[in-house]
Amino acid sequence: MKQGLFTILKNEPLTDAVYRMVLSGDTEAITAPGQFVNIKLDGLYLRRPISVCDCVDGELTLVYKVVGKGTAQMSAMTAGEQLDVLTGLGNGYDTALSGQHALLLGGGVGVPPLYMLAKTLIAQGETVSVVLGFNTAAEVFYEQEFKALGAAVTVTTVDGSYGTKGFVTDALPENYEYFFTCGPEPMLKAVYKYTDTEGQFSFEERMGCGFGACMGCSCKTVTGYKRICKDGPVLKKEEILWDA
Amino acid sequence: MGRLTVNLCGVELDNPIIPASGTFGYGYEFAELYDINLLGSFSFKGTTKEPRFGNPTPRIAECPMGMINAVGLQNPGVDKVISDELPKMRQHFHKKVMANVSGFSVEDYAYTCERLNGEEDIGWFEVNVSCPNVHGGGMSFGTLPEAAAEVTAAVRKVTDKPLLIKLSPNVTDIVSIAKACEAAGADGISLINTLLGMRIDLKTKKPVIANKMGGFSGSAIFPVAVRMVYQVAGAVNIPVVGMGGVSSAEDVIEMMLAGATAVEVGAANLIDPFACKTIIEELPRVMDRYGIQNLNDIIGGAHHG
Repeated sequence: MKQGLFTILKNEPLTDAVYRMVLSGDTEAITAPGQFVNIKLDGLYLRRPISVCDCVDGELTLVYKVVGKGTAQMSAMTAGEQLDVLTGLGNGYDTALSGQHALLLGGGVGVPPLYMLAKTLIAQGETVSVVLGFNTAAEVFYEQEFKALGAAVTVTTVDGSYGTKGFVTDALPENYEYFFTCGPEPMLKAVYKYTDTEGQFSFEERMGCGFGACMGCSCKTVTGYKRICKDGPVLKKEEILWDA
Repeated sequence: MGRLTVNLCGVELDNPIIPASGTFGYGYEFAELYDINLLGSFSFKGTTKEPRFGNPTPRIAECPMGMINAVGLQNPGVDKVISDELPKMRQHFHKKVMANVSGFSVEDYAYTCERLNGEEDIGWFEVNVSCPNVHGGGMSFGTLPEAAAEVTAAVRKVTDKPLLIKLSPNVTDIVSIAKACEAAGADGISLINTLLGMRIDLKTKKPVIANKMGGFSGSAIFPVAVRMVYQVAGAVNIPVVGMGGVSSAEDVIEMMLAGATAVEVGAANLIDPFACKTIIEELPRVMDRYGIQNLNDIIGGAHHG
């Protein structure tokens, strides 16, 4: 974990509610895809945790959805403004376990952390299939970005207005050896049910500190109590207890 | 003796800054960022007789200038604290630590303190009779003078270490409770714990927190804390540890003027993990600005004249 001042290079809408912010600063503490950062915003007390979409040589990309006051404030910021950011939070995905053909399943605002993950896995020489799920055509983002990495990409929409009609679990490919997923909890539960390999799930929870001090985001797992912010947000399939 | 040194119930602190229980774990998350031995001490995560998971999530809500938490005393239980957490803590922290203890019966409090009493680096007990987030315990001991006195007397019997009782602000007469603890053998009073609060989500039209209500902390509660520290410090003859919304060196000085011998910093640690380090570094400069030679000269200063 590190605290640093980041300068906004770019902040642009990808859809009506989803924005991409590119920042410049010390990204040394970011060591794995699936980690997150915690951002201090003027006038708001708690920091806002946002997953890392990409991180290259001091350039941090965050793709976030405007869901409340904090993200609305972020969406109004412009290039040159500075943000106080805690980086290198959370365990991130363990990419050593993925086998030769990894399946990445992302739903809505759960898509961004899979981008850096896909990039990492492809750099490791693995075959990557990605299924991105959205509600409707207007909400689709990052399809081209994943394709540009060399991943096989399928998009699903609940209303069928783009790609395959249905949920990500309606478009599972054959032959994958391992999966990684991030998305809303109903989607994660469906992924748990409909996949037959091992895999890793990234969870979301309201956090106090984001670095393991306050016990605000605890959950029960097969291997004991865990803090989503510090011991997670990524849990392995065999650790998960849904009804805890 | 440095200009920041204070003496809390016979134990010297290099400075009066103590991270508050529940905002600092057992110290090791913060030890990744800075040498936590620069702190006066810290109050470790509230410990109970049995292990506790605590409340369901969400446990946290944003508030104007503050936050609500309803963690519910999550901790591994006193046996695991002694066998696992304290040894890990000692790898990073080499000073006297404050043991924060909670319970659901008078016997629980006494049992847990007795188990911890053999740990040499525990400098003080801070007995929490004020947790707003657990049902059938915690705060109920801190809302009646007789019950608070009963817990104090029971713990007094099992330890000779300095005994602080941590009080709830969710009462009509804080002074009577503080005096009852003093009469029952407390060596000091720490206050305030969180104020009982609540938020409702306009989209779902339901409480934000699963437990519905929780403890409100952060800068917003600072004036309430200063008022209660002032009232209690003016009424008892034992040291007071002040806390509640402290987030700057100026706040520390204000708390000490109200009568605090030492000052705990809580929610500020969660939004700025360097908060305590920054406060300690800034204290001498802020003291200079207000013509304060030594912190001991200002304890309770607002009561005079």
